[in-house]
Amino acid sequence: MTSVHATTPSGFLLVLAVILPVCAVLAIVACGPRSAARIAMTTLAAGLAVAIAIAMELVAGGTALSYVVGGWQPPLGIALRADGLSGAMIVMTALVLGAVGLFARSQYALHDGGGAGRAQTTFWILLLALASALNATFVGEDLFNLYVALELLTFAAVPLVCLDGRAETVKAALRYLLFALLGSLLYLLGTGLIYGQYGTLDLLALSQLSREDPALSAALALMIVGLLAKAALFPLHLWLPPAHAGAPAPASAVLSALVIKAPVFLILRLVLDVAPPQAAAVAGQMLAVLGAVSILFCSVMALRQARLKLMIAYSTVAQIGYLFIVFPLAAGSADLPPWSTIAWTGGALQLISHALAKSAMFLAAGVVYEAFGHDRIADLRGFGRVLPISAAAFGLAGLSLMGIPPSGGFVAKCLLLTAAVAEGYPWLAATILAGGLLAGGYVFRVIDKALANPAAPIVVQRAVPRRLEIVALALAAAAVMLGFLPLRPFEFLQIGRSGVSMAGLP
Amino acid sequence: MTAVLQPGVLFGLCGAVLVGIGLFAIVTHPALLRRIVGCNILGAGIFLVFGAVARRGAGAGLDADPVPQALVITGIVVAFSASALAVALLKRLSELSVGEGRAAEPAAPRSET
Repeated sequence: MTSVHATTPSGFLLVLAVILPVCAVLAIVACGPRSAARIAMTTLAAGLAVAIAIAMELVAGGTALSYVVGGWQPPLGIALRADGLSGAMIVMTALVLGAVGLFARSQYALHDGGGAGRAQTTFWILLLALASALNATFVGEDLFNLYVALELLTFAAVPLVCLDGRAETVKAALRYLLFALLGSLLYLLGTGLIYGQYGTLDLLALSQLSREDPALSAALALMIVGLLAKAALFPLHLWLPPAHAGAPAPASAVLSALVIKAPVFLILRLVLDVAPPQAAAVAGQMLAVLGAVSILFCSVMALRQARLKLMIAYSTVAQIGYLFIVFPLAAGSADLPPWSTIAWTGGALQLISHALAKSAMFLAAGVVYEAFGHDRIADLRGFGRVLPISAAAFGLAGLSLMGIPPSGGFVAKCLLLTAAVAEGYPWLAATILAGGLLAGGYVFRVIDKALANPAAPIVVQRAVPRRLEIVALALAAAAVMLGFLPLRPFEFLQIGRSGVSMAGLP
Repeated sequence: MTAVLQPGVLFGLCGAVLVGIGLFAIVTHPALLRRIVGCNILGAGIFLVFGAVARRGAGAGLDADPVPQALVITGIVVAFSASALAVALLKRLSELSVGEGRAAEPAAPRSET
C-alpha cells in the first residue's frame, strides 16, 4: 500500500457534515412532531455553516481534508476525504437544502397554521436523512461505504415521492425503488469483484493499483450501469418523470437538484480515478453517446408535455445528459490531467448551476400549483400578472438551462462547447447547441403563457405569500450569478486532485 | 471436475447462476411482486459471490478473509430494509387500487399484482 490517508486537523468537519443530520433525525423522533420543523431548520443552518467551513479550510489549506474513522487505516478501516469537487458539492447541497427547507416551512404554514401533520414530520425527517446520505456520498472513499450511502439516499428519496399517498405517486415511488434497487445491486456486485481482485475498496488505493484487467472492466461496467439507473440517463430514465412530477414541490426540488447528482458524482470518480486510461476512454465514449441521446430525446419529450412539472422533470433528464458528455472531453493527456481541462470545470459548473436552476424551477412550479390548483401549461395564460416573482424565477432559471449569458449554464455550456470543438468532437458540439435551442423552446412555451393576455381574468384559488416566491427567485438568481465566474479552469475544483495519481500510469 | 468442486469456485458459480435468475426475473416479469422477489434472488447471488471472494482471499492461516463476510452482513441488513420498503409500498398500492377498482370499475379489482 503506497498511499495512506492521514487525518487532517479539520477532518472532523467531514464527520460533522454526515452525522449532524442523523442526530437531528433522532432528536425529532425523541422530541415529537411539534418541534420537527424547528429542529430541521436549525440543523440545515448548521449544515450550511459546516459546508462553508469545509470550503474555507479547502481554500486556506489548498489540500484535501481527510478523516480516518477510528484511526483504522484502509483496507480495514474507512476513510472520509473531501477535495475541491466534493467541497463544492457539499456547499451546493447545503444551499439548496436550506432554501427548500425555508420554502417547505412557509408552504406548510399556509395549509394548517404550521401544524404538525404526519406528512410534514415525515418530510422533515426524510429531508435530514437526505442531507446525511448526500454528504456521505460526497466524502466517502470506501466503495462499500458509498454503497450504503447510496442506499440511504434511495430510502430517503423514495418515500418523498409518495408523501401525499395517492395511488399514482405510490406507483411512481415503487417504480423508482425497483430501478434504484437494481442499480445498487449491480453496483454491489461490482464492488465484490473489485475486492476480490485488489483486496481493497479504498478509492485512493485503487487509483494507484488499478491496471488493465478483465475483472476490473467487468466490475466497472456493472457499477456504472447500476449508477446510470439511479442517475436516470437515457434509456434508464423511465422512472424519473412520474416520480419527480408527482412529488410535492419541495421534494421534487431536492430530488431533481441533488439526489440524482450523487450517482453522477460517483460515476465521475470511478471513470476518472479508478478506471485505467484505456477503459476510461471506452466508457467515456459510450457515456457521451448516451448523454447526447438523453439531451436530444428528453428535450423533445419536454417540449411535448402538457403539464408544467412533467416538463421540468423531462428537462432534468436532458440536463443530466450534459454531465455525461464531459467524459471524453475531460479525458486529458499526459501533461494535462483531467481536472485541469476546461471540460472538467464546465461539467462541475453545469452540475451546480443545474441544481440551483432546477430547484428554483420546481419551487416556482410549486407556487403556481399552490395558486391555481393545477399545472396544465395550456390553462396558465397570464399567470405572470398574478405571480410576477415566480414567473421571473422561472425565466431566470430557464436562462441557465438554455445557456444564455450571463448565467451559470452559459459558462458551463460555453466551456463544454469550446472543449468539444478543441478536442475534435463536432457531433457533441452540435448536440450542445441543439440542446440549448430545444431548452429555449420549452422554457419560452411557459414564459409565453406567463406574459400572454388572458382571455378571461385568471382565477387565483389561494393567495400565495411572497416568501414562497422569493425563495425560488433567490435560487434562480444564484444560478445566474454563477455566470460571473471567469471562463477558465477553476482552481477550487482542483484542490486535492493531484493527490490522486493518474490511474494506471507507472 | 475437482477444480469446479472447490468451495470458492462452486459458490462463485452458484452466485453467478442466482444473479442470472434474479436479473431475468426483474427484467422480464411485469408483476411487481415478482420483481421484488427477483431483487432478493439477485441479492442472494451477490452475497454468495462475496462469500466466494472471501474464500479465495484467505491468507495468514485463516480459512477465509473476514472483510467480505462483514460486508455481507451489512449488505443483508440493507437488502432487508429495501425489501421491507418495497413490500410496504406494494401493499399500500394494492390497497389503493382495490379501493379505486371498487369505486370506478368493479371488473378490474387487481390492477397491479
